Amino acid sequence: MCGIVGLFLKQSKLEPELGALLSEMLGVMSDRGPDSAGFAIYGDGERGCVKLTVSGANEAALREAIAELGRAMGKEPASVLRATHAVISIPAPKEKQVRGWIAARRDISFVGAGTRMELYKEVGLPEHVARRFGLAQMTGSHGIGHTRMATESAVTTRGAHPFSTGLDQCLVHNGSLSNHNGMRRVLQREGFTFETENDTEVAAGYLSWQIREGASLKQALTHSLADLDGFYTFVVGTESGFAVLRDPISCKPAVMAETDDYVAFGSEYRALAALPGVDKAHIFEPKPATVYAWERG
Amino acid sequence: MPNFDLARASLRELNATLHALASTTNETHWIVENPGGKHAIACGVDASVTIDIEGHVGYYCGGMNKQATIVVSGNAGVGVAENMMSGEVRVRGDASQAAGATGCGGLLVIDGNASARCGISMKGIDIVVKGSTGPMSAFMAQAGNLVVLGDAGDALGDSIYEARLFVRGQVASLGADCVEKPMSTEDKVILKTVLQRADIDQSVNADDFKMFGSARRLYHFHVDNVDAY
Repeated sequence: MCGIVGLFLKQSKLEPELGALLSEMLGVMSDRGPDSAGFAIYGDGERGCVKLTVSGANEAALREAIAELGRAMGKEPASVLRATHAVISIPAPKEKQVRGWIAARRDISFVGAGTRMELYKEVGLPEHVARRFGLAQMTGSHGIGHTRMATESAVTTRGAHPFSTGLDQCLVHNGSLSNHNGMRRVLQREGFTFETENDTEVAAGYLSWQIREGASLKQALTHSLADLDGFYTFVVGTESGFAVLRDPISCKPAVMAETDDYVAFGSEYRALAALPGVDKAHIFEPKPATVYAWERG
Repeated sequence: MPNFDLARASLRELNATLHALASTTNETHWIVENPGGKHAIACGVDASVTIDIEGHVGYYCGGMNKQATIVVSGNAGVGVAENMMSGEVRVRGDASQAAGATGCGGLLVIDGNASARCGISMKGIDIVVKGSTGPMSAFMAQAGNLVVLGDAGDALGDSIYEARLFVRGQVASLGADCVEKPMSTEDKVILKTVLQRADIDQSVNADDFKMFGSARRLYHFHVDNVDAY
């Protein structure tokens, strides 16, 4: 089944409440995906820096890894620890080197990278996952969350959504793709590497590939209609954008609410019911095979 | 007038109370507040009562309804009035996918638009959509009438058995075995009766509709298709 929530703020007014609103939305969608949950949040960024989100067994393991990274880099990077995840801030030119260093280690795993995006995911009930990471206290311009009922791959932290395959890019998915193995091979030839056997990671990689080749987020999603086969509702985040796409027979549910302040996505209206001003929002179902995209100027 | 606030009382309590109503009850008008998009509100009611739901509802609202008149002052989620047997369900806003699915009787009126697969496998229900319907509406419809005042989306009436589909606006495309048919006097009387039950016979002219139905080419196995199996 799976549940998706997304909240894209058009203005800064609600930014201090982003995490609290998203946390509540995610909790309501627990029924649709009690296996695991995850969310990406677009908060503050530091000029010239990249934030790497990594996961590890526990805080001690993460602290040890970050200390070792500091010794390797000559200076310990700024980091924030939240339960099983750490967000490490490094100078942008060092990204490739540090990611290579992370990939070579067995005690921590790479989760996502962004100038603004942080990405958290874990197995367990969505409301517990949100609480563990302190989602309700987070702030930012937009965020996307997912509650997972696993079908195509195992219930593991790495199999949880969102998936990120490019800087500040993330994707969540309700459904299942049927041509992901073939597409994974295409993308591997294009230089992409995949952390899991998961179908959704392939969809994320596909969009990253399209964007790398010069497509806008909207164009990338439009191309995916021809190239990705299966059932899907996708919600995608980029550094300043937010987009939604459903498969041509709209197999999976989706409802949206739009006001002057925000655009919100929920797999069910219940997830949107507590949003401020939702009673006066424009409520609509995204049409099948139609790309909806918003960009913050 | 009994009043049920779903922000305070549980949904199960509401439905159990409605199920316990005798068909001769004097409590004939119910108000449900703060539905909050919850699922299965007022499902399986079997009493001649009116239930006003003040807000948006989730999935399957008014499902399996018998006798009751259920009015949703908001939008409805997937499968509103699915498998309705009799009575009425009226949605003041838009309806999500599969509105009136498998309905056997009664009347479903949607003031706004209906999303994909409205009236899928309908078996005798009458559905009136004042706006437009999404793709694949009346998919495998078996009996009843679907009346659309606006436009119908792609693949209208795909694999239809029997049922009358009346559309006033444009049809994006017809599904397999669905064709436009001449509207007989009897068909027009049926359309007028449905419009009347939906309280719009004064404002809507039955002559403005086109009628679609089954070409009946999929009823039996055809030997030319043997290679397909």
